[in-house]
Amino acid sequence: MRYLRSRVVTFCISYALWLTLSFSVDWQHLLIGLLVSLFAAFLMGDMFAEQAHKWFSPRRYLWFMIYVFVFTWECFKANLDVARRVLNPHLPINPGIVKVKTILKTESGLTFLANFITLTPGTLSVDVNREEGVLYIHWIDVKTQDVEEASRIIVSKFERILKEVLE
Amino acid sequence: MKFLRWLAGMIFLLGLIFIIFGYLRVNLQTKLMLYLLICFMLSLVRVFRGPTPADRSVATDIFGILVIGFCAILAVYTGKDWYMDIAIAWGLQSFIGVLALAKFLEGRNFDD
Amino acid sequence: MTDLLSLIFIVVGITFDLFGSIGLIRMPDIYNRLQASTKCVTLGTCGILFGVFLKFGFTAAGVKALVCIIFLLLTAPVAAHALARGAHRSGVRPCKGSACDKYAEDDTSAATKPLKG
Repeated sequence: MRYLRSRVVTFCISYALWLTLSFSVDWQHLLIGLLVSLFAAFLMGDMFAEQAHKWFSPRRYLWFMIYVFVFTWECFKANLDVARRVLNPHLPINPGIVKVKTILKTESGLTFLANFITLTPGTLSVDVNREEGVLYIHWIDVKTQDVEEASRIIVSKFERILKEVLE
Repeated sequence: MKFLRWLAGMIFLLGLIFIIFGYLRVNLQTKLMLYLLICFMLSLVRVFRGPTPADRSVATDIFGILVIGFCAILAVYTGKDWYMDIAIAWGLQSFIGVLALAKFLEGRNFDD
Repeated sequence: MTDLLSLIFIVVGITFDLFGSIGLIRMPDIYNRLQASTKCVTLGTCGILFGVFLKFGFTAAGVKALVCIIFLLLTAPVAAHALARGAHRSGVRPCKGSACDKYAEDDTSAATKPLKG
């Protein structure tokens, strides 16, 4: 059977999600969840877990813990920043759309990078150009319009973590 | 002029919060729900006033996320489990609806 | 003790929701509105849900609240991204005081006639 590993990963994740949502050990719930997640895994093929071998290496999960920690801290900082700007009577903003370069190539990597950028202080991703590795970012307080400089300020500190986790 | 508008808005909001937490004689969970209803009111103001369709879509998105929080507070208040089911289902529906709105704004067909 | 902690989480969450909604009213154009409101409302609602989790513990409702937090953190930025892209493609330009707009210079498929606002 093709994509066996990807299907096993998809099955495990969907069954775990079913168990969390139904939250009972009644045999009817278990059986229905088993059938539905088998069917979902059969349908999905390798669409969900593209490179299945990545799900079995433990070093990635360690980096993922670091990612979650950094993410939470940056998210909290972003909220305090927005609250400070919104409550100020003079509305101290200097907005603009800048362009940054990234070294990530895979789809999941770019998705997580865009999510990260949206929830960190003062930035919002507007569009992704995957062929050139370019992101367009709305920045609420533009410090520089240069591509290299903006890349260094905005994306470089998250890029390394995401490269370890996803690539 | 700008400062006066800021002052008027702040006095209005702080007055509402003071009325809810200091004046009304209801229990705590109802006070929390009324406090959250202020956020609903502000996002609805943006739905009414937004100059472009995009602004209205943004306000609708925020409204959908706020309903999840409202359902969570209702779950605490009434002690019923199934309000969390409603919250998750509402979140999914709102997410897909906002994606469809974004496609519509972009002027593309729904099938690509 | 746990009740007090969950109440604190819920009140702080609603306060951040309020900041996000004020940002939705006060900011001058759609991109700034998206920024302020998406960040604050996402973290505020996550705070409310975490308070619900502390209140219920590891029961059905509490675990569902945790699942809802993960779901919200994954979907809210994607929705904001899609809306920003759709707004820019539909011809809404950043407001007057903006420093630069590199996307309009590079994007060839953008609408030729910008809307008002």
